[in-house]
Amino acid sequence: MSDAQDVTASDRKGSQTAGSAARMKSTIMALGMLPVLILLAIGFHLMTGKFLSVNNLSIVMQQASINVVLAAGMTFVILTGGIDLSVGSVLAASAMAAVSVSLIPDWGLLGIPAGLAMGLVFGLANGCLVAYLGLPPFIVTLGSLTAVRGVARLMGGDTTVFNADLPFEFIGNGSLFGVPWLAIFALTTVVVSWFILRRTVLGTWIYAVGGNQEAARLTGIKVSLVLLFVYAMSGLLSGLGGVMSAARLYAANGLQLGQAYELDAIAAVILGGTSFVGGVGSIWGTLIGALIIAVLSNGLILTGVSDIWQFIIKGLVIIAAVALDRYRLKGGART
Amino acid sequence: MTRRDDTPLLEMRNISKTFGPVRALDNVSLTAWPGEVHALMGENGAGKSTLMKVLSGAYVADRGGEVLVDGTAVPTGDPKEARARGIAVIYQELSLAPNLTVAENIFLGREPSRSGMVNRARMMGRARPVLDRLGVDFGPDTRVAGLSLGERQLVEIARALASEARIIVMDEPTTSLSSRETEKLFDVITALTAQGIAIIYISHRMEEVYRLSDRCSVLRDGSYVGTLDREELSAQKLVAMMVGRDLSSFYKKEHVATEGRRNVVMKVAGMSDGRLVRECGFEVHEGEVLGVSGLVGSGRTELARLIYGADPATSGEVWLNGEEVTPRSPREALERGIVYLTEDRKALGLFLDMSIQQNISMCVLEEDAGTAGTLNFRAAASRAARAIKDLAIKTPSAKLNVGALSGGNQQKALLARLLEAKPKVVILDEPTRGVDVGAKSEIYRLIDALAREGLAVVMISSELPEIVGVADRVLVMREGRIAGEVRAAPGRPVQQEEIMTLSTGAAA
Repeated sequence: MSDAQDVTASDRKGSQTAGSAARMKSTIMALGMLPVLILLAIGFHLMTGKFLSVNNLSIVMQQASINVVLAAGMTFVILTGGIDLSVGSVLAASAMAAVSVSLIPDWGLLGIPAGLAMGLVFGLANGCLVAYLGLPPFIVTLGSLTAVRGVARLMGGDTTVFNADLPFEFIGNGSLFGVPWLAIFALTTVVVSWFILRRTVLGTWIYAVGGNQEAARLTGIKVSLVLLFVYAMSGLLSGLGGVMSAARLYAANGLQLGQAYELDAIAAVILGGTSFVGGVGSIWGTLIGALIIAVLSNGLILTGVSDIWQFIIKGLVIIAAVALDRYRLKGGART
Repeated sequence: MTRRDDTPLLEMRNISKTFGPVRALDNVSLTAWPGEVHALMGENGAGKSTLMKVLSGAYVADRGGEVLVDGTAVPTGDPKEARARGIAVIYQELSLAPNLTVAENIFLGREPSRSGMVNRARMMGRARPVLDRLGVDFGPDTRVAGLSLGERQLVEIARALASEARIIVMDEPTTSLSSRETEKLFDVITALTAQGIAIIYISHRMEEVYRLSDRCSVLRDGSYVGTLDREELSAQKLVAMMVGRDLSSFYKKEHVATEGRRNVVMKVAGMSDGRLVRECGFEVHEGEVLGVSGLVGSGRTELARLIYGADPATSGEVWLNGEEVTPRSPREALERGIVYLTEDRKALGLFLDMSIQQNISMCVLEEDAGTAGTLNFRAAASRAARAIKDLAIKTPSAKLNVGALSGGNQQKALLARLLEAKPKVVILDEPTRGVDVGAKSEIYRLIDALAREGLAVVMISSELPEIVGVADRVLVMREGRIAGEVRAAPGRPVQQEEIMTLSTGAAA
């Protein structure tokens, strides 16, 4: 009698073909942007002849690593249907904290926990505002994008802080068996993120909250805790990003460091197939997305494209990524 | 007032409407004369709204159906044409822009303008006489946001008048009005009919139908049952017309509810939310299916959500096995053993992007989890496999997205999730909505089985045959209160007529 019943009937018709269609779709989703990444790499190699050298690939990995770490945190947030615009500013503040603390004689290694703690605190602050006051994530993190940038400048008296004897500089410039430490940190972050998202109750809750927040609440999921966690995670990983970039530069500048990093992180997540409305996506996709952005930057430099054009091309890639997201949602078997 | 010798103002002839295999309207006819109030009654889902959507042009009628105004046909499925011919529908949810003024709302989309510039003075000038006709005490430059719901309704009517409507449909217009505002609305309706306008008045409230209507037509299951003239109107006749159908045989009732000898499992006392639920209290026993009936908007779902802790209550207590537990969140309710099946499984229940297995195990992930909160895939898989077998969920694999299932199987998957939580009290809100007949009878069998296991089941349903067929006892809600209780006696099941009488207030 109700309209819902004819939906039921058409559902049933569709469910026979749904099995194979779903498998097909999940294969395409899993592969995602990997073919694009490979094509880009081969293309740049053919154009320059030196892209696929060991030396250059090591550079690409280093360049990608900080964005991978930020984008991993961003993946958590976007999976819940939120956004964290503050990651670049938090990275700058954390780097300032890390370098400043590293100047303490004999206790310089404390710079690492200082940087991480700084990131975690800002992440928790974002999380509290979103989870417990119910403020929109875009507005909250837009505010902290600006405010935390101010804090970062304040910490160094608006100057660059240096430490030529940075005790943890190996993170930024050393390598283990030929693999840069930066890349090891990035990959470890991805693996840990994967474990949390796919192998823990909390991870399932994150997908559930992003997929249907009200259903999650009615199912007894601690929605506020989940939201607090994802923003805290994003903050903590921004802190790690801050430590990594401080280690690479032996220095931090509250004004310039991490400017517009949030855009690269968001672009990586969306390129990786995570849906902007939440509930669908994977951390491996994010890794590939971040690598695409790094390959694009590196390749464009190698081919001698001016940095003005690099901006334009990168921007177009972000738009293309969102268009892809839309296309994927429309093609999806959402009922 | 009615002039049978003339052509009627409105004539709807042989209107049918099918959605896929479902026949929502079957050969319904309706006429309205100038100056007449024609009431339209029927159970939830009887087809009243569908009929009015055909009239307003929102739906195209099936072949053979005709809508005539002043004896000439109006093509269906064309809202613009319907409006131009003087048909206006005022829906329950008002469609005003609160930040605009009354005049702006009245002329929204049809602003008097010259070369793209709105002529404000003319708009005000044209709004004023319309408002005068309604005798309202606010001006055309008042902002709608500052008006009460009743006043907003008058603005909607003014909008209809300004577009020269002669047939105005009002869908449950008094639902959210105070009694004073209702009186005001009735005065306006009387004034409008004196001006020759025909009103089609959809309502569930007997007293309003008695008071206003010149004639009253009844729909049931999408079919036209009959029309009563003012002199013939009686509550008994109307209720019989609305209900009168055979009890289907497929309701399953094997559990024996010997209330009195059984323990009270859950007691609810003085539950209010300050808006739609007022001082509701009841008891439900082990092994009992308690039905909750009432019209749409009577507060049934709201009451269930309060008990489950999904919405904040202003007062009220929930007792479980003699202990006060009043949940403040769904999580607390679940921990105490109260589960709630939502009436809207897609929006509020299922995670459509997740697998059947994930959906079924969602409530008990923590219970099964290893140290450090790692997922226990084996436990989830065995829970899903058992549920798929026990509830006969038709699916090739537990790994399939739940969104790919049919409505009935989705509902069973959602029920499976609740049952995994080992509840003591199961609250089901429209458990068979949007479910095909086969799955319906399986759900009835499941409800029966739950009662036999000794669970307390509370079942909210809009379908009278269903509630009569499944429940041992039926609470009837009206306007946020529990209006009464209908019990089965030995050899005599719960009577649909008694439920209808209580829910419409026909006894009053």
